[in-house]
Amino acid sequence: MKLDTAHFPANAAAALANPRLQSALAKLPGGLVAQRRAAVAAVPEFEALREEARAIRDATLSDLANHLEAFEAKATAMGSHVHWAVDAAEARLKISDVCRSANARLVIKGKSMVTEEIGLNAHLEGNGIDVVESDLGEYIIQKRGEAPSHIIAPAIHLTEADVEADFRSYHTHLNPDRTLGTPESLVAEARAVLRQKFLTADVGITGANFLISETGSSIIVTNEGNGDLTQILPRVHIVVATIDKVVPTLDQAITLLRVLARSATGQDMTAYTTIATGPRRADDLDGPSECHIVLIDNGRTEMLSSGMREALRCIRCGACMNHCPVYNAIGGHAYGWVYPGPIGAVLTPALLGITETSHLPNASTFCGSCETVCPVKIPLVSLMRSWRDRAHDQGPRTRTARLWSGTWAYAATRPALYHLLARFGIAIASAFGRRKGHFRTLPFPRGWLKHRDLPAPQGRTFQQLWKETERGVPR
Amino acid sequence: MPSPRAGLFVTCLVDLMRPSVGFAAARLIEAAGCTVVVPDRQTCCGQPAYNSGDRATTKTLALQTIRAFTDCDYVVVPSGSCAAMLKVHFPHLFASEPDLETEARAFAAKVHELCTFLTNICPIGKVPGRYSGRVTYHDSCSGLRELGIKSAPRRLLSTVDGLQLTEMPEAEACCGFGGLFAEKYANISNAILTRKTDNAATVDADLILAGDLGCLMNMAGKLTRNGHPLACRHVAEILAGELTDPPIGHATVATP
Ligand code: SF4
Repeated sequence: MKLDTAHFPANAAAALANPRLQSALAKLPGGLVAQRRAAVAAVPEFEALREEARAIRDATLSDLANHLEAFEAKATAMGSHVHWAVDAAEARLKISDVCRSANARLVIKGKSMVTEEIGLNAHLEGNGIDVVESDLGEYIIQKRGEAPSHIIAPAIHLTEADVEADFRSYHTHLNPDRTLGTPESLVAEARAVLRQKFLTADVGITGANFLISETGSSIIVTNEGNGDLTQILPRVHIVVATIDKVVPTLDQAITLLRVLARSATGQDMTAYTTIATGPRRADDLDGPSECHIVLIDNGRTEMLSSGMREALRCIRCGACMNHCPVYNAIGGHAYGWVYPGPIGAVLTPALLGITETSHLPNASTFCGSCETVCPVKIPLVSLMRSWRDRAHDQGPRTRTARLWSGTWAYAATRPALYHLLARFGIAIASAFGRRKGHFRTLPFPRGWLKHRDLPAPQGRTFQQLWKETERGVPR
Repeated sequence: MPSPRAGLFVTCLVDLMRPSVGFAAARLIEAAGCTVVVPDRQTCCGQPAYNSGDRATTKTLALQTIRAFTDCDYVVVPSGSCAAMLKVHFPHLFASEPDLETEARAFAAKVHELCTFLTNICPIGKVPGRYSGRVTYHDSCSGLRELGIKSAPRRLLSTVDGLQLTEMPEAEACCGFGGLFAEKYANISNAILTRKTDNAATVDADLILAGDLGCLMNMAGKLTRNGHPLACRHVAEILAGELTDPPIGHATVATP
């Protein structure tokens, strides 16, 4: 996917000025946020579960190579072909190779963020293969030529009216006078259109929420059942997953699923939890006759040792963005790459470098809401701050910014000088501002003053007044 | 027994913008039975540097602050965000320098945000302030999420004669300040702020109170810009009855 993080300020401004997007985003607090709150409140041991989930992820990541090898061995024993890919390019190639040897003309896909990350759809289409997304949200945005704006609700930036209009223009083979006003009718229509695709697709591609070492299985969770059909009906099933998805045991995966569903959608359990273990066996009623698992590194190994390991605990629930005031204001597209919100602000610089992406970890108030809801307790604020450290060390910052912060740092680390400057600076500022009590126009701070007044100082510094009071001068 | 020495960490915003908050805090700490001292080797807690990635300046400021308060039994801070910086983040800064880390930890143990100090450390009982009016309380992010400050200010406010507290919707939501964020990403900040002040305006109150001057200046600036009658004060002003100065961003005398 194209990287557009450098234009974050302009993208954010456009998002703020887009009334359609704003009305879609306004549904978040009463939707996913409220649903999570209710689900968590219903589980008194939720905090303990979060801690357990964090510990499972940490333990696995600290011995990742062994768990991956165990997974490969078991998955191979169960009849799957395991492929390794160092980066996105190798992953795309391995996947298109499998598709080619299956003579695939149509690929049906389940929802998968990693395939967005590696730009799989464009690559397959470039190789003459049709790709159809089967998750309703993904189906909608694929038709629109858009990227997902949320990791679990890819079309959250759209309203029902948008989708209705889209469906009317795409599904021209259907009666133009049909009623299509409700979510139910939209789902029914997508389902009818997609059913045909499931039956004709040669290859089904899914992601994996988890890969289980002890059984060699992959797990996906969905609410539409599309993932099941994607991996069962076509002749070949390809699982695409990054290496951090591995979990040693099924029991541990169940613990993670308990916090995942509640954190994501506020459900106790998603409607479908599907475990796939290898191709169809002789006495199975259905299933693919070939199963491939493509394990992708694409920067994860480096994250393990670069101070960003904690971000690999992520189980992609989306709670951090749902609770993020910045995400709530601008939505996901403004972030300019695959992963938006707080986890995106940590992950995107890790995968693509900080130079082009430095807006992301900077565009945060550090309110910390993300950390309080993250089911695996990722210290998102500290990690964003750590990116700010690295961006600071690498530059480039504007000369004005350097001058301001340099002057401030010089004075602040010299208390006597600082108090003297403060005294004069404040006396002058308050002489101008006292009458109204605030400033409305000043040469700076421009951004602040564009939207709000700057309260004027009271007149003298506390240090000055305190010294005088100690000497008996009345305030 | 001599009364404990409580060092007031003024915070740079209170020092520069609103000294009345510092005097209110001092009065409250004295009422709680401490002797207040104000070391003049303090400037700023270092968050502007810390949050823009300037570790070197942050550490210099941290050491300067730690050493300014060596002769104090307590360090009391009228800001949740600066208190969290001193209490939670200073020790992390020196993770690879054991001696300094020990010093930072010992310092951190003495640091308390004002309202927490007055309820849990040196309980003040009933506060001196009186206020006949309706207020609503904004929970600032760092204080709330890093230090767990939620009930302390409310408990203290419940002892103010005449005061009525009404909770606003989403009291725990960020106000959009975020230090330099408010300047660098001004329009996003504004969207978050607008939601905040809109929420505050839905309740029947004449004052928004909070424990952090940064958030208060942010909200007050929006309200005066919109000509909204809702005003902002630091919670310490109400608790101490330091109400001679007009609310944040308001004129001393009514302008014609
Ligand atoms: S960082 Fe945490 S809250 Fe955000 S998506 Fe990952 S697991 Fe969920």
